[in-house]
Amino acid sequence: MLKQATFPGGVHPPDSKEATRDKKIERLALPARVILPLQQHIGAPVKCVVAKGDEVKVGDVLASAGGFISVPLHATLSGKVKAVGSYMHPAGVATEAVVIEGDGEDAWAAGAAAERDWRQIDIDQLRKMIQDAGIVGLGGAAFPTHVKLSPPADKKIDTLLINGAECEPFLNADYRQMLERTEDLIEGIKLVVRILGCERTLVAVEDNKPEALAALDSLLAGEHGIEAAPLKTKYPQGGEKQLVEALTGRQVPSGGLPMDVGCVIQNVSTVLSIYDAVTKGRPLIDKVVTITGAVRNPGNYLVRVGTSVLDVLTQVEGEIPENLGKVIMGGPMMGLALPGLDVPVLKGTNGLVLIERPVPTAVHDTCIRCGGCVDSCPVRLVPCELALYAEHERWDKCREYHVKDCIECGSCSYTCPAGRNLVQLIRYGKYSVINEDRQKKDKK
Amino acid sequence: MADIKLKVSSSPHIYTTESVPRIMIAVALSLVPATIGAVYFFGLRAAMLIVLAVASAVGTEALCQKIRGVPVRISDFSAVVTGVLLAFNLPANAPWWMAVLGGAFAIAVVKELFGGLGFNIWNPALAARAFLLASWPTSMISSGDFPAPRAGTLSGLNLESISQATPLQFVKNVIAPLLQNPSEAAPAQLEATRTALERMQGLDYTLSLFWGKVGGVIGETSVALLLIGALYLLVKGYIDWRVPAGYVGTVALLAWVFAGPEGYFTGNVMLHVCSGGLILGAFFMATDMVTSPVTRKGKWIFAVGCGVLTLLIRVKGGYPEGVSYAILLMNTVTPLIDSYTKPKIYGGS
Repeated sequence: MLKQATFPGGVHPPDSKEATRDKKIERLALPARVILPLQQHIGAPVKCVVAKGDEVKVGDVLASAGGFISVPLHATLSGKVKAVGSYMHPAGVATEAVVIEGDGEDAWAAGAAAERDWRQIDIDQLRKMIQDAGIVGLGGAAFPTHVKLSPPADKKIDTLLINGAECEPFLNADYRQMLERTEDLIEGIKLVVRILGCERTLVAVEDNKPEALAALDSLLAGEHGIEAAPLKTKYPQGGEKQLVEALTGRQVPSGGLPMDVGCVIQNVSTVLSIYDAVTKGRPLIDKVVTITGAVRNPGNYLVRVGTSVLDVLTQVEGEIPENLGKVIMGGPMMGLALPGLDVPVLKGTNGLVLIERPVPTAVHDTCIRCGGCVDSCPVRLVPCELALYAEHERWDKCREYHVKDCIECGSCSYTCPAGRNLVQLIRYGKYSVINEDRQKKDKK
Repeated sequence: MADIKLKVSSSPHIYTTESVPRIMIAVALSLVPATIGAVYFFGLRAAMLIVLAVASAVGTEALCQKIRGVPVRISDFSAVVTGVLLAFNLPANAPWWMAVLGGAFAIAVVKELFGGLGFNIWNPALAARAFLLASWPTSMISSGDFPAPRAGTLSGLNLESISQATPLQFVKNVIAPLLQNPSEAAPAQLEATRTALERMQGLDYTLSLFWGKVGGVIGETSVALLLIGALYLLVKGYIDWRVPAGYVGTVALLAWVFAGPEGYFTGNVMLHVCSGGLILGAFFMATDMVTSPVTRKGKWIFAVGCGVLTLLIRVKGGYPEGVSYAILLMNTVTPLIDSYTKPKIYGGS
């Protein structure tokens, strides 16, 4: 095993993973309906190809990719398209979505479930299959995966990093998959290695998951060029830039991508989705989601994408807890606080964390300049000052303080003894500056 | 079902258990050993000054916040810390009203006028000390007469003539002038001075400074008691080791090189480190979060700057002690230091 790698900065929130660490992944029953927002990736918008009343089977394309940086969306339930319209998205805004009412059959589209040997398939064909399966980065960013697997010719990729850090507290979805599908994961990794032609692959796992490291180690013994890499447990160890720094000592240039320093990063869930897509013809239609926090039956559940959070919780809990105060989609550090329960699980959803009332809140007091945020920032920003400049809308100063380099990990807000909403303010600054840039560009 | 109201807020959704009151209470607790020491050394009079300064600071804070129309937040303990630190900077024989006036000045003028907690430029306790020193110099340093702690005096070293001056005052005002013009001094006097100087370099004398057997203001007397509190803060992570390390280190080095009455590299390092307000200043006042830099590089610059200024004042300035002015001057340039020491960002060119 390698020496435990890490990065400067970061924080140590309580990991809160015990409740679901040893819970095997359980498949939830099919919901009566699914809501599928059309846009579930970063990139070009998709084109909806179904209309109200259409019959669909699982795996049928509902919306086709709108370009290279785009992926199609598939039906995750067999039944009838009930509506194509505006529905609440977990982010709290209404977006265009397709609603399918299930027929209870779970009938699959033709072509799915055919066994294929990825070693016999041409590399460009593999990329096409990955795009056609609607696969996006499942670590959070939801960037189309085939794009990351198509580096331009001038970018030589020497290292593939498989992200199994799962540094968000509470979540065990990736961990359980690493334990329960270790062989599939390794096959998937070899598949990705073949596409990229890279020499070295590191499967990065935080050292609070020794069982996963051991499972990987035993299966990777004798494998050439692929090894498990233990990481110190620290948030945000699973951030792309932090992984690159910890494991290769390289830094992704400001405004650049990991491929600029010869690295490609794929999340564990993403690799498994690639494996399922290529070998089983199975598009990305379900997700392992950790459901935990203030629940009676915490666990890791395989959920069809598009299932409403209400349906998921009703199935897991029987009824919705009365004193439910907040539901976080994702982990507590970067996850979204849901506006209501009638929003769907998305491709990128890896957890639902429930919090009881009274919900703890940050006080947003005045800064006492303790410098804790400066020490915790993995990008080495000065969050306290940056947030002040953003609060006073000094965009010039925000630029000077590198606002666009913020990765929004929330370490600064977490660590602030005055409970200041630092990352919220910095985000405000970041997107205001990005908007300003866009407007300048449009004028030219 | 539809009536479930969920709280929506920006991530992150969990927070540290640290808080401003927790930090301030810890700082107040860290001053307890030295406070007990102060009462032991100087009696109930020291206790009275501390109580008055704290009461005045807290009362002024409440009053100012009422007038400003902002929530009264004396329970954050920051005014308590200011009051104790101010009292620590008074001689035990200071008149009672100076503690009251100092506490009020620290809070009303130095802190609240600038916007309250987090917005003050200077350490309130130190700025109030400077105000008192400038306004009532004789009460503040009593022409060099500091009450000696009851646990022992310099007379134990057979130096009766300076039994009530601090060692720094003694070296600066008595020894240095003599040694600079040896021809004007009587041979016997010169001899006695040399002996005294030698004794001050001995281990016994250093230990007496360390344990608190030498006079000074209320809170600076015992290095040992101050270090107990400082250690607590270091372990809790409430003060950054860089500041005291850089500050004390700089003073030690420069004292050795420049502060010797008999030429370069003859300075009494332990005298400069253990006497005067250095330990109190380096661990409890230069580390004041609000008035010191937030960046690591900035903290080093700040600390070294404090050290250089302290020694410059001690050796060349008009006062025997320079800790408080050194820190106040560095407080002044803290925003400048911060703006020039932004860390190199990840992936930056």
